[in-house]
Amino acid sequence: MNGRTDWAAHIVLGLGVLLFVLPVWLVFAASTQDAGAIGRGELSLIPDLTNFSAYVTVLRDGAPGVAPVGRMLLVSAAMAIGIAFGKIIISVLSAYAVTFFRFPFRMLCFWTIFITLMLPVEVRIIPTYAVMADFGLINTYAGLTVPLIASATATLLFRQVFLAVPDELVEAARMDGAGPLRFLRDILLPVSGANIAALFVILFVYGWNQYLWPLLVATDQRLDTMVIGIVKMVGADTATQWNQVMATAVLALLPPVTIVLLMQRWFVKGLTEGDK
Amino acid sequence: MLPVALVLPQLLLTFFFFLWPAGQAVWASFTRQDPFGIRTQFVGFENFTDLFEDPLYVESMGRTVVFSGSVTVVAMLVALCLALFADREIRGRNIYRTLLIWPYAVAPAISAVLWILLLHPQIGAFSHVLRMLGIGWDYKINSTQAMLVVVLASAWKQVSYNFIFFLAGLQSIPRSVIEAARMDGARGWRRLRTITLPLLAPTTFFLLIVNFVYSAFDTFGTIQALTQGGPGKATETLMVKVYRDGVVNLNLGSSSAQSVVLMVAIIALTVVQSRFLNRKNAE
Repeated sequence: MNGRTDWAAHIVLGLGVLLFVLPVWLVFAASTQDAGAIGRGELSLIPDLTNFSAYVTVLRDGAPGVAPVGRMLLVSAAMAIGIAFGKIIISVLSAYAVTFFRFPFRMLCFWTIFITLMLPVEVRIIPTYAVMADFGLINTYAGLTVPLIASATATLLFRQVFLAVPDELVEAARMDGAGPLRFLRDILLPVSGANIAALFVILFVYGWNQYLWPLLVATDQRLDTMVIGIVKMVGADTATQWNQVMATAVLALLPPVTIVLLMQRWFVKGLTEGDK
Repeated sequence: MLPVALVLPQLLLTFFFFLWPAGQAVWASFTRQDPFGIRTQFVGFENFTDLFEDPLYVESMGRTVVFSGSVTVVAMLVALCLALFADREIRGRNIYRTLLIWPYAVAPAISAVLWILLLHPQIGAFSHVLRMLGIGWDYKINSTQAMLVVVLASAWKQVSYNFIFFLAGLQSIPRSVIEAARMDGARGWRRLRTITLPLLAPTTFFLLIVNFVYSAFDTFGTIQALTQGGPGKATETLMVKVYRDGVVNLNLGSSSAQSVVLMVAIIALTVVQSRFLNRKNAE
């Protein structure tokens, strides 16, 4: 503003950045070092850029008791993408219905969807497991994704977006003889593009980072996600191969962090406007 | 029929995976099974009275409040401080913002791994420093240190989320208001206290609830990776306890009652929040 450097701001923000970057840097450095040395507490701040053998080992063979990380990456990616797209699709459809149509029990439908906000997995662990078992969804890919697809947040967000569509536009579409599904495809989807992008980031991160849900419904090692795998590796406290744990942690961090960074602009806007 | 077809997928999922299990949890919380799981008996509120007479449960409640309160305060204060400075017009502020928001994407359980590398009694980078300072550092056996570690790891992950919201809140304060305060000679701390913070109050209130819910529920993975609720029960929050009692020890009646208590808590928080937001929207 007045040409002088705002040192206080640079110092505080620099410390903040350090607080976030330093732990991840250490994890990266550790992933390239000898497991024995880390175990003795001789961790070096400088990564050994010639030694990525821990990555090769975990990607191909995995650690004792967990699936190969290459496989876990696929499971996590499938789960995150399935949940993100699933939620977006069913939320767009239901928001479209409750916003633009009058039908019996419309408000009841709306409130039923709203109530899911108050019933996260955490408060219904055991009975949900029983329902999953009845449907034969334990240890299946559908079991990992489908039950997490119902979401009030996304539906409420799309409803807000749709309510903001000017009446003239709706009227014009009707005059042009656009049917309800064409109206959805040609008008509503294009105007919600930025919101869909933002939601995709938020939901991908949500799906990728799930812990309790896969822990409950997937006991089969072949359905281990990255997060589940890491906690298992850390839990095996005897003779933990720390360089392999850290390499797995780096691989678990990369996909969601990359998506957030690449789509930062939409994501920040969507998060602050949508969640409220 | 078209609109019904459109809402149907959402309704079916909601019914089968939300309402039905939640109803089952409520029903199971009023019943008790014999040890062999053959007979189920209706016992009224007995599971609940047992729960609140159980010192272990009451302790776990207190622990959850202390833990969630600490995480909320730490994560919000650090984020507010960073947001206040990131809102200033300094060189490179977009880079700072980018570098401060990415931890949003880190899974709670993964943030635990980062903190293991910093503070683990054997391999932790800081543990040696602490020991050199004469502090007997081992969170695997020291309860207070264990609580400190789970609070730090849980708060670390939540700072970015709060930062994003505080910064958005600050940016929505009209520049003219700030300018007017500046003209009136309100500077620094006084401007912050009399203008900025009151205008941030809606954001702060929203974040208080979100952070409390996050620390009570979403930190389960963090705690499992770091301490599994231990040593002893030092970091056993209500969420860890309901998992241990229900999934590990298969005590259905008690764990269902615990689930119902959590359900009531989260419904109460959601109602308070939406009441508040409705009032805000009406203004």
